[in-house]
Amino acid sequence: MIIQGLVFYLFAALAIAGGVLVISAKNPVHSVLWLIVVFFNAAGLFLLQGAEFLAMVLVVVYVGAVAVLFLFVVMMLDINFVQLRQGFLHYLPSGALVGIVLLVELAVVLVGWAVSGEAPKSLAAPAPELAKMTNTEALGHILYTQYLYLFQASGVVLLIAMIGSILLTLRHRPGTRHQNISRQVDRHPKDTLEIRKVPSGGGI
Amino acid sequence: MASLFLELWQAYLWPLILIILKIVAIVVPLLVAVAYLTYAERKVIAAMQMRKGPNVVGPFGLLQPIADGFKLFLKETILPTASNKVVYLIAPMLTFFLALVAWAVIPFDEGIVLADINVGVLYLFAISSLGVYGIIMAGWASNSKYAFLGGLRSAAQMVSYEVSIGFVLISILLTVGSLNLSDVVMAQKKMWFILPHLPLFFIFLISGLAETNRSPFDLPEAEAELVAGYNVEYSAMPFALFFLGEYANMILMSAMTSILFLGGWLPPFNLAMLAWIPGPIWFALKIAFVLFIFLWVRATFPRYRYDQLMRLGWKVFLPFSLAWLVITAGVLQFTGLVPK
Repeated sequence: MIIQGLVFYLFAALAIAGGVLVISAKNPVHSVLWLIVVFFNAAGLFLLQGAEFLAMVLVVVYVGAVAVLFLFVVMMLDINFVQLRQGFLHYLPSGALVGIVLLVELAVVLVGWAVSGEAPKSLAAPAPELAKMTNTEALGHILYTQYLYLFQASGVVLLIAMIGSILLTLRHRPGTRHQNISRQVDRHPKDTLEIRKVPSGGGI
Repeated sequence: MASLFLELWQAYLWPLILIILKIVAIVVPLLVAVAYLTYAERKVIAAMQMRKGPNVVGPFGLLQPIADGFKLFLKETILPTASNKVVYLIAPMLTFFLALVAWAVIPFDEGIVLADINVGVLYLFAISSLGVYGIIMAGWASNSKYAFLGGLRSAAQMVSYEVSIGFVLISILLTVGSLNLSDVVMAQKKMWFILPHLPLFFIFLISGLAETNRSPFDLPEAEAELVAGYNVEYSAMPFALFFLGEYANMILMSAMTSILFLGGWLPPFNLAMLAWIPGPIWFALKIAFVLFIFLWVRATFPRYRYDQLMRLGWKVFLPFSLAWLVITAGVLQFTGLVPK
C-alpha cells in the first residue's frame, strides 16, 4: 500500500511538472514532447486505479496518434521564437480567464457531488461487478447496452467532423497525373517482357 | 527490527529481485537473437544473390556480429553542432527501450510470461504505436533535411499501417473473446487462426513490414534518395541502438504474428508426438520462420513508391480489414461460435 501511494505521488508529480513544462518550454516541439510525458503519467494513474483498458487506450489514441499529428504540425511550422514570446503578457489575461472558468466548473461539479447525496445514486452502476469480469468487458457492457444510442450519436458526430475536415482540405488540382492501378495491372507481360531461362550459377 | 526487515524482504525485495532475474532471462537471449538476426540476414540475402556472405570472422563468419558490435562501440559518438542535443540522444534510447519493453507480455509457454495482463494485445499495440517517436525525434533533432524527410515519411507510414493492424487485431479478438495473449494462444488449440483468417495473416505480415520500416517499405531510410534517412547524422552507439531496436522490433512483429496466427507455443496438429517438444522451441521455430519471410521479402522485392504505399494502406488494407471484421462478427453471431 505504501508503495502504491508513493507511485501515485510520483506519477502525479511528474504529470503536473510535465504540464507546467508544456506551457513554459521555449521550443514548441519540446512542449509537445512534454505533453506526451503528461499523457504517459495520466495513463500510469489510470493503471493504479485498476482501469487498465482506459490506460492503454489513452496511450494508443493520444500518444500514438494525436500527439504524433501535433508533433508533425509543430515541426512543419516556421516559428519565430522571439516573436512568440512577445505577445505573452498580452494574451495572459484571456488565457487565465479561460483557465479560471474551467477550474470553477470542475470545482462546482466536485462539490455538488460531495454535498448532495443524490448525485451518486443517479449514476448507472457498473452493470456487472468488476470482480466477475475484467474492466474491458464491463465497459463494453455499459457502452453497448445502457448508452448505445449516445455512443452511436458520438460516432456520427465524429463522422461529420471527419467529412467536414476532408471537404475543407480537398482540392482538385487539374494537371496532376495519377496512376490508374487497374490499367497498370491490365498491361500484359507479353507486350513488355522477354523471359529467358537462366542456368543456376551461370548468368545470361 | 529484524521482523520488519523480513517483512520488507518478503513483500517487496524478493519479488523485485525475481522480476529483475526474469527480465534478464528475456533480454539477454533477445539481444543474442538480434545479433544473430543481422548475421542471418546477411547470409540469407547472400545465398539468394549467389554470394558467400560474411565468412571471415570465426568459423562460417559466426563471430561477425560481435566484431560489428565492437566496431560500433569503439567509434566516436558525433553530436552535430546545430542539433538539439538532448532529444538527439533520447531518440535512439527510446527506440531501443520500446523494442525491449514490449516483450513483457509475450507468453513463451503456458504460464511462462513476465506480466500476464488482461489487456496484453492492447499493450503491444500501444507500444508499437510509440515506435514512431524514436524516428520522428531523431529526424527533427538532427537538424538535417534528409533526416527530417525520413522522419516525416516514417511517421505518416507507421500511423497509416497501424490502423489496419488495429482492425486485424479486433477480428482476432472477436474470435478469441479476450485481450490476454495467453488466451489468444489457447483459443488456437483446435485450429490455428491462419486457417480461418488467412487474408488477415497476409495483411498483418505486410503491415508488419511497413510498421518496422523494412523493405519493400523502407522509405524512411531510402538510401538512394535520403542517403539513409532519419539516422544519417548518427554514429557509434546511438546508431547501434537504432539498429538493435529495428531488429528487435522485427523479432517482436514475428512473435506477434506467431501468437496471433500460428498458435504461439502450441505444436502443429495437436499430436502427442509433437507435443513432446517443449513449447518455447515451437515458438522460436515459428518466429524464425516469419523472420525468414522478412528477409526473403527484402531480397526479392523492389522498394515501393510513396504514393503506392499510402494507397495500399488506406485504400486496400483498411477497407478490406474493416469488411473482414464485419464478416467475422456476422459469422460468429450466426454460427453461435461467439466466445462465451
